[in-house]
Amino acid sequence: MNSSKPRYEVPTIVRNASGLMNKVGHRGSLESRTQIDGVDVDSLIKDFGSPLFVFSEGTLNRSIDEARLALEKHLPQSQLCWSYKTNYLGAICAIFHRSGSLAEVVSGMEYEKARRLGVPGNQIVFNGPAKSEAELQRAIQEGAIIHADHFEELRLIERIAQAARTRPKVGLRVALDAGIVPRWDRFGFSLESGVAEQAARFITDSPHIELGGLHTHIGTYIVDPRAYGRAATKLAEFAEYIEATLGCRPTHLDLGGGFASTNSLATQYQSGALVPRQEEYIREIGRALAQQRGAKLPVYLETGRALVDDCGTLVSTVLASKRLPTGRNSIVIDAGVNLLFTAWWYRLELQPCCPSDGFIEDTTVYGPLCMNIDCVRESVALPPLSAGDAVLIRPVGAYTFTQSMQFIHLRPACVLISESGDVELIRRKETLEDLIGPEIVPERLAIERARSNLSDHHDGLRDVRSGAVVQ
Amino acid sequence: MDTSHLGLLAISDTGFVFDPRTGHSYTVNSTGLTLLRGLKQGLTLPQIRDSLGATHDCSYDVSTDLGTFIKTLENYQLLGNSGQG
Ligand SMILES: Cc1ncc(COP(=O)(O)O)c(C=O)c1O
Repeated sequence: MNSSKPRYEVPTIVRNASGLMNKVGHRGSLESRTQIDGVDVDSLIKDFGSPLFVFSEGTLNRSIDEARLALEKHLPQSQLCWSYKTNYLGAICAIFHRSGSLAEVVSGMEYEKARRLGVPGNQIVFNGPAKSEAELQRAIQEGAIIHADHFEELRLIERIAQAARTRPKVGLRVALDAGIVPRWDRFGFSLESGVAEQAARFITDSPHIELGGLHTHIGTYIVDPRAYGRAATKLAEFAEYIEATLGCRPTHLDLGGGFASTNSLATQYQSGALVPRQEEYIREIGRALAQQRGAKLPVYLETGRALVDDCGTLVSTVLASKRLPTGRNSIVIDAGVNLLFTAWWYRLELQPCCPSDGFIEDTTVYGPLCMNIDCVRESVALPPLSAGDAVLIRPVGAYTFTQSMQFIHLRPACVLISESGDVELIRRKETLEDLIGPEIVPERLAIERARSNLSDHHDGLRDVRSGAVVQ
Repeated sequence: MDTSHLGLLAISDTGFVFDPRTGHSYTVNSTGLTLLRGLKQGLTLPQIRDSLGATHDCSYDVSTDLGTFIKTLENYQLLGNSGQG
């Protein structure tokens, strides 16, 4: 379409409504963007198909650098641990490990993934409420940094250690009140109720295990950095208390993840672009720990979304545009909640790829699933888009690919754009084999038999329609 | 098609439409504006379709788009009394 005539737009008329803006209302992202890190979106679609997850190594590196600089300044004795569940694509994890991050895993599957990427067991932080006996045996043998979640796990670890005649270090996940809601108190041992102290005593009383680190993860998408100051103070005071009363110094303090990313929560008035920077959280932790009298323990951070969200974009293509009976405009795109689980609680940004000076309208964005729930945005200001136009959905670097589903459609390819602008495939597009490979159809249901049943059934129906009496 | 109400509408060149009977205002895009004006002048839908096709870069027959637009005008009661009971 290179003619000099204006691009045709579907004729549109909308009734103007008044009083709908909120006081911090902001324009949707209306500027078009035809490239990601200097690579044409059209060529990405041509080479890898649509939809397509695109990750920017440059953006990720800048985000890691931002964290590292802030840590050097405010928490020199610290260690980043990459939260696998946030994004465990191998290439993304490898970028984190290359920059010195440990692996933070919450399942045997994630543990194995880290090991296969070449991470030694003693550089894996093993969290989570559901570690199996076999997984714990291996983690203990390989010297992983374990944070226990409940007493059953402590007793299991003790039994394993006794049988293996080793004396592993076991850390504790501590649930504490950092003054934020919702309070994540279902994980770990409660500090305020004294259960965490009991757990520490359990360890120090046992001849088979030793106390490791103290861990807490106060929640996710926390927008008040001071909550981290309070959490750090409580954890450090608890460490000091344990040392004074039980004579045993914890090996480290792990403050988990939870810094907000630039995504906007669906319930949030302001844009996510206004959330605190990583340094503001880290500064609060540094300040709080500097005021402690006790030993300065190394600090671990398991930052997930704040590090990785921005580097991910989902390229998608418009399949249709449709005016709804209410007069509202809508589009159907080829990526829905099957790929964008995060659309349930985020207002993901949608940006058109084609320049358009057309009529901007509030538009509902539906995905490709034949399900009423498949809505990516209830309302987003967009110019007129037609079938074949590409749109960019972002940020989708965190929890998006890991939570995507093979539901109705197979998952698309993932590519990484390197610092030098090369596009590398980091996960191929799925094939039907990826879905049905693990399935087993019992012999008795084999298709030959099913086919003959089917034809009996059809014969019967024909008889009914033609008025024959069916016995 | 009854288009008797169209003559009552105030339609600006920039696509602002005001209906003095109800006090409602509307925003219409450029192709919609061409259509409204064409209807007001008494052109037929095929005539409007052809003129849109001649002046715009479009790869398909836009008749169904025009039909949808007319339905929207009817829903907003901007055309006339037909079909509105
Ligand atoms: C134990 C633990 N650490 C780290 C994270 C990463 O959190 P976020 O992505 O909010 O930084 C999570 C996420 O829930 C977690 O459960």
